[in-house]
Amino acid sequence: MITLTQVRKSFGEVDVIPGIDLAIEDGEFVVFVGPSGCGKSTLLRLIAGLEDTSGGIISIDGVDATDLPPAKRRLAMVFQSYALYPHMSVRKNIAFPLKMAGMDPAEQERRVNHAAKILNLGNYLDRRPGQLSGGQRQRVAIGRAIVREPTAFLFDEPLSNLDAALRVSMRQEISELHQSLKTTMIYVTHDQVEAMTMADKIVVLNAGRIEQVGSPMELYRSPANLFVAGFIGSPKMNLIEGPEAAKHAATTIGIRPEHIDISADGPWEGVVGLSEHLGSDTFLKVNAGPLGTLTVRAGGEVMMHPGDTVRMAPQPGKLLRFGADGKAMA
Amino acid sequence: MATAHSRTAARLMLSPAVILLLLWMIVPLGMTLYFSTLRYNLLMPGMETFVGFENYYYFVNQPAFWAALSNTLILVLGVLCITVVGGILLALLMDQPFWGQGIVRVLVIAPFFVMPTVSALVWKNMFMNPVNGIFAHIAKALGLPPFDFLSHAPLASIILIVAWQWLPFATLILLTALQSLDREQQEAAEMDGANGFQRFFYLTVPHLTRSITVVILIQTIFLLSVFAEILVTTNGGPGTASTNLTYLVYAQSLLNYDVGGGSAGGIIAVILANIVAIFLMRMIGKNLEA
Repeated sequence: MITLTQVRKSFGEVDVIPGIDLAIEDGEFVVFVGPSGCGKSTLLRLIAGLEDTSGGIISIDGVDATDLPPAKRRLAMVFQSYALYPHMSVRKNIAFPLKMAGMDPAEQERRVNHAAKILNLGNYLDRRPGQLSGGQRQRVAIGRAIVREPTAFLFDEPLSNLDAALRVSMRQEISELHQSLKTTMIYVTHDQVEAMTMADKIVVLNAGRIEQVGSPMELYRSPANLFVAGFIGSPKMNLIEGPEAAKHAATTIGIRPEHIDISADGPWEGVVGLSEHLGSDTFLKVNAGPLGTLTVRAGGEVMMHPGDTVRMAPQPGKLLRFGADGKAMA
Repeated sequence: MATAHSRTAARLMLSPAVILLLLWMIVPLGMTLYFSTLRYNLLMPGMETFVGFENYYYFVNQPAFWAALSNTLILVLGVLCITVVGGILLALLMDQPFWGQGIVRVLVIAPFFVMPTVSALVWKNMFMNPVNGIFAHIAKALGLPPFDFLSHAPLASIILIVAWQWLPFATLILLTALQSLDREQQEAAEMDGANGFQRFFYLTVPHLTRSITVVILIQTIFLLSVFAEILVTTNGGPGTASTNLTYLVYAQSLLNYDVGGGSAGGIIAVILANIVAIFLMRMIGKNLEA
């Protein structure tokens, strides 16, 4: 269990993280998500011990780790650039933390082979990182983390250097790895799809503050504020202000594209501006006059063309209301 | 340069430069080879006669030759050791953030811009002089007898002077290499439990091998022909204690007026340089491959 209590970090005058409280349970897959520059990587590096805190307490398994050096925290980290040692073979890369710990060579060998088996790296153990593809390098980096049998894994945007197809498969591999190892994982990403698909618990960060903590579906169903509402979900939630919101006694109302139905007797009317046919779905950008531009998800077979007039109805009970302070209203 | 036509044009355009460079090299080399087979004494102009390999025989069989050969190698190795080790340490130091970094980096290269003769004279007269030198003053202040570097440790003194000149070069090359060391790799090693020394030996040193190779290769080329520093400080002495091959060639041709013997020595120096080059490329050249 990792607990952060009022953890702060400032670089000179700039408060990157003004103070965060967070508890991460054993075995949880926690994803820190937020736009770039929101402090999520800094927070991870604070937990890793690669940055010193400016205040607050980080405790790992009940021990105050705030001033412990990174190596003593029993955490393993996978870096965005993989950070493999270029002049060492894959085998030596994976064995490096064990060698540094002065482990018996036979045990090192056993653990390396075990990790290689889990990650399908058996055929590459004697290659150099330079001879591997991006996905393989990523696996080596994970292997180097696994062999230490750490209390938690830290991932710093590990998939951002991979192409789209590989990203999806590595995402699944990491999820499967979590299910088999059942070790705590803390994962930083700016990609809300990764957050939604992998996390047990998502921590949404904005400007160094936690906006909301919750399971993916909690965040999806009931975002605590406008920021989370706009950040989680793809395409983005429609946020409507003005008289239409006032009708619901709110400053802003939010409705997800998938919660708007096309129906001939719907209350909202608009002109289709753009329709994106994905096969399974069709996303319509509808210019709905005073409501602004709405994104609507329609079925894949719905044929709409720019210039068509549509009537739309929000699904009952799916409308979210936000007050003047941006917070969700009950 | 894809088509046959453009390739021909390219060759044509390149040829003046290539031919000039070839002549630049081949004419002096040919003349040296030719002189090395003559009995050619500057005191007896116009009396040159062909003597075959006799010059080589006498050059190699003089007692000074083997001394000069070993001095040359000791000088090269000594300077290489000091500059590579010292260069790595200085580069590590200069890689740390500190106030006035920019100015220090400019100043560090300064010795490289000082002419060899000038720096050797400065060392000789202002540092190593047993009466006026700073080292003598320091020794006297400590109550020790001053040490006459250039007469009692001539070769070591010259190694020191030459190393001082080449240290900035090594430092700068190694510093640029250090700056390209991946930050995340260092952090990964830190998380993996490697302490500072382990990170240095497992990450930094392997990362520097290529630059160290470059430093060694370039410096060796220049260090085989150190001359000015010896000429203005020890004149190769006492005896032959600080005579290297280059200085011996100079002494043979211009002090003994034996151009034939000097030329033979020059050719031997060329052969030696090639042997060293082959060994170096065999041993460390593979580091240069990507």
